[in-house]
This record gives sequence, structure tokens and C-alpha cells, in this order.
Amino acid sequence: MLRLSNVSAGYGSFQALFDASLEVNAGETVAVIGPNGAGKTTLLRVISRLIDATAGEMTMEAHSLNAVPSHEVIGYGIAHVPENRRLFPRLSVEDNLRMGSYVPSARAQFSGRLDQVYALFPRMKERRKQLAGTLSGGEQQMCAIGRALMSGPKLLLLDEPSAGLAPVVVQAIFEVVRKMSAQGYTVLIVEQNVQQVLKVADRAYLLETGRIKLSGRSDELRENDAIKKSYLGL
Amino acid sequence: MPIFDIFLVEAVVNGILLGGILALLALGLNLIFGVIDVVWICYAELIMLGMYAVYYGHNVYGWPLWLALVFGVAVVAVLGALLHQFVIRPVLAAEPINQLLVTGGVLFFLQAVATLVFGIEFKNIGIRLPQLSVGDMYLSLARLIAFGVALAGMIGMYLFLTRTYLGTAIRAISQDRAIMPLMGVNPNRIFLITSALGGGLAGLAACLLVLQYDIHPAIGLTFGPITFMVCVMGGLGNMIGGFIAAFIFAQFISVGGFFLHIEWGYVIAFVFFIGMMFWRPQGILGSR
Repeated sequence: MLRLSNVSAGYGSFQALFDASLEVNAGETVAVIGPNGAGKTTLLRVISRLIDATAGEMTMEAHSLNAVPSHEVIGYGIAHVPENRRLFPRLSVEDNLRMGSYVPSARAQFSGRLDQVYALFPRMKERRKQLAGTLSGGEQQMCAIGRALMSGPKLLLLDEPSAGLAPVVVQAIFEVVRKMSAQGYTVLIVEQNVQQVLKVADRAYLLETGRIKLSGRSDELRENDAIKKSYLGL
Repeated sequence: MPIFDIFLVEAVVNGILLGGILALLALGLNLIFGVIDVVWICYAELIMLGMYAVYYGHNVYGWPLWLALVFGVAVVAVLGALLHQFVIRPVLAAEPINQLLVTGGVLFFLQAVATLVFGIEFKNIGIRLPQLSVGDMYLSLARLIAFGVALAGMIGMYLFLTRTYLGTAIRAISQDRAIMPLMGVNPNRIFLITSALGGGLAGLAACLLVLQYDIHPAIGLTFGPITFMVCVMGGLGNMIGGFIAAFIFAQFISVGGFFLHIEWGYVIAFVFFIGMMFWRPQGILGSR
């Protein structure tokens, strides 16, 4: 579905991503793991065209993404839940979800998808009139995921959904990811919480200092000595 | 002094009517600042051009008044969009002081152009609406119409911002510009639409002012400062605050003028404004 071949990117003279190649197939949940500053967020920002790829090719279902303006990426079926959720704090939960269905093709489906999101996150229904900025961290993450689902994406990009959340809430968020992959969503998730994300992902890539160092099935990576030592604390 | 003073009541009612037009003046400027985070110092000059547009439509080209008024709104809406595209957009990332200077430059530019093109003589559209007598009070019909239109404009704006996708996007972009593309929103398009809307509101104000005032190239200076004071007092960018401030300000002018002299009304209002700046510099409902 999504394919990156030898993609490089950076900020000004600083290169954050070197020759990254990866692939996400329909129905898969794929994780990108790695330490802080490895280029994980950059990878997702390149896919969403928030920053330019300086080299390499990106395709979504055989359509090249390289020259697509960032606001049109969602039209290819890619929804991005950004780092730190980035909700609109002074809009209500429901208005935040409404913004997720802004593209004309999604507007007609608004009420149906709203019901789906509320079914996935009953909490959001209770809080639908509340300003998003007053939600707890976990609720904000659910709202941010819900907002992305409102566009009816084929591929969901999740940037560190567990960051800054209490352990119990982290469990709940990964439960949501598991539920979504069980429902057939295609997910590309970037995470530092390697232990948890390898339990929900089918495959994973290890990104270190901007380069993909390893890739494989999640159960294989869990047994990999380097990963065990550096990321699982075993 | 009798307990029920009809002239005081008249002053209060006139203050309310004046408040309506001040609120409308503040609305467009607040919309622009709240969404784009740029102050259009030349806002009142756009109103001046709108007044000329109505004058040219009605008195030079001989169009019916309604068409000239629609033309006035349309011209300023287009000017608002042009102002954004060619003046604001290049300085969006610049320091606020540079943005102020650049729109301040546009102010003098527009005044000079208006003087060259339209001349310095006063013009008016030749329509004078009568005074209405209600009980023992005299109220200006022009002000009553202005109040009604201003109120309708504000309610319309509120409904637009809260009930439509575009309005929701306009509120959203003021809170997080950088992630708008992830929603499928082209931020520059939203800014252009907002600028056209702000311009349209200035044009609407022009249509109401042209019924009461003569037009000349410096007429922006009559409304500009008071519009900024209303906006600042309400909390720059806060439309509800601007609305409240407009009515407070108008009462100072109207009732203050009643007790002393009409010029004193403005003096009292300005003194109140300066006092407010010491006491609550962020404005009535402002957060910064």
C-alpha cells in the first residue's frame, strides 16, 4: 500500500533521514521503533509531505506522493495523528472530530463515522461538548486518533501515541491500536515503547540515527539479541 | 432634575445604536487578528475605499442604491484578499513590528491614492435619512438601520463560525496553523477567505457609514483609532470582548456627552480607555 524507497530528508542543512526504505501492506500494523531523535517523527512528516524528501521515492497505492501538496495527502487515504496529539484546544471534542472530516469526500459520511468513533471511544461521546484542551492526556490521544479516523483513512500514521501518558493509560491506548488492527485498519506506528508496540504490530523496522538498521516480524525482533539488549532491557 | 429624564434615555438609546456600529467596525479587525495574528492598521482606509465604491456606484454610474451597496462590500472583500496575498503573506513569519509597519505603510499609501484619484473635496451620496421621533425622543433612522445590520452581521458571523466546516476551520487555524494540512486544509486558502470576510465586514461598515457621513480621503482617521481602542479594550482578537467593549465605549461617548458636551464624551471615553490599559492591559476578555 505504502512504499518508501531510499528516502532521505532533513531540516535545512541537518539531515535526519538517510536512504530509508519501507513498505506497509494493506491490513498490516507496522511499527517503527528506535530511540529519541532517531528520525521516527521525521519519517512520518515526510510521508505527510509536511517536509520534503530530498531523495528517494514515495508511493501510496502506486501513486507517487513526492510532489503532492501536504493538504492533499489525506485525499490519498493517509491520516496522520501527529506527535503530542495537537488537538485544537479551544474547540469542543466534536468540533475537533468535525475538522477530521473536513475534506469534501468525508463530509457526507460525518454522522456515520462519528458513531463509529464514539463506539470505539465511548468517553469521547460523554465529553463531546467539552473543550479538547481540558481533556486528560489519554483522552486527548483518543480524540486525536478519532479525529484521524473521521476522514475514513486507508492508512493511519500514529506518532508516539503512548508518549507522556501514565502506564495504565498506555495500556488502554495500545488496546485501541490492537482493536483497530483487528478491525482491519492499516497502521504505521512510530514508538519508543518497544515492549508494548511489538505486541500489537505485525512487523517492525528499527530506526537509529536516521537509518533503518533492522526489520522483520515482531516476534522475530523480540528475540533479536541487539533489540533485547538495547530496547527491552533483557 | 426629574427622576425620569427623557433626554438621558435618548442618550442611552443613542449610545446603544452607536455601540452597534462600533461593534461591527471591531468585528472585522478582530476576526483578522484572531485568525491570522496580524493587525490591519489600514483597516479604516479599507472602509474609506468602500465608501467611495458606494459613492461611485450610486452617484457616478447611477446604479440603484442596493447595487451600489453590494458593490461596496464586494470591492472591500476583494481588497482584503489582495491585501493578504500581496502584503501580509510575505511578512507572515516576520516580527509583529514589521507587520504593523507594513500595514501602516498601506494606510498612507491608500490615503495618498485616494487623494490623487478622488480629490480632497467632500462627497456624499445625497441620501439623508430622517430623524424618527419615538415618544419624546429623536432617533436617527440611519443609526437604527446601522444597528440592525450590525447586529445581523454579528449573529451571521457567529453562526458561520460555529455551524459550518469553513467557520470551524477558521477557528481551528487560529489555534494550530501548522497541522491544518493534516486535516486536508490548505492554510493559505483559509487565510485568503478570512481576509475577504474581514474585508467584507469593513465593506458592510462602509455601507452604513456612508449613510451618515461625507466621504473624503482622510475619513479613515475618524473611525480608525476608535475601532482599535474598542478591539484592544475587548481583548484583541476576541470578538465577544470587542462586542461588549463597543457598547461600553458608546455609552461613555453618548451619556458622557449628554452630561457635559459631545466632545467631552470622547474625552471621557479615551480617559477610560487609558485607565483600562493600566488596570487590565489584556482587555476585558483578552488572554494576552
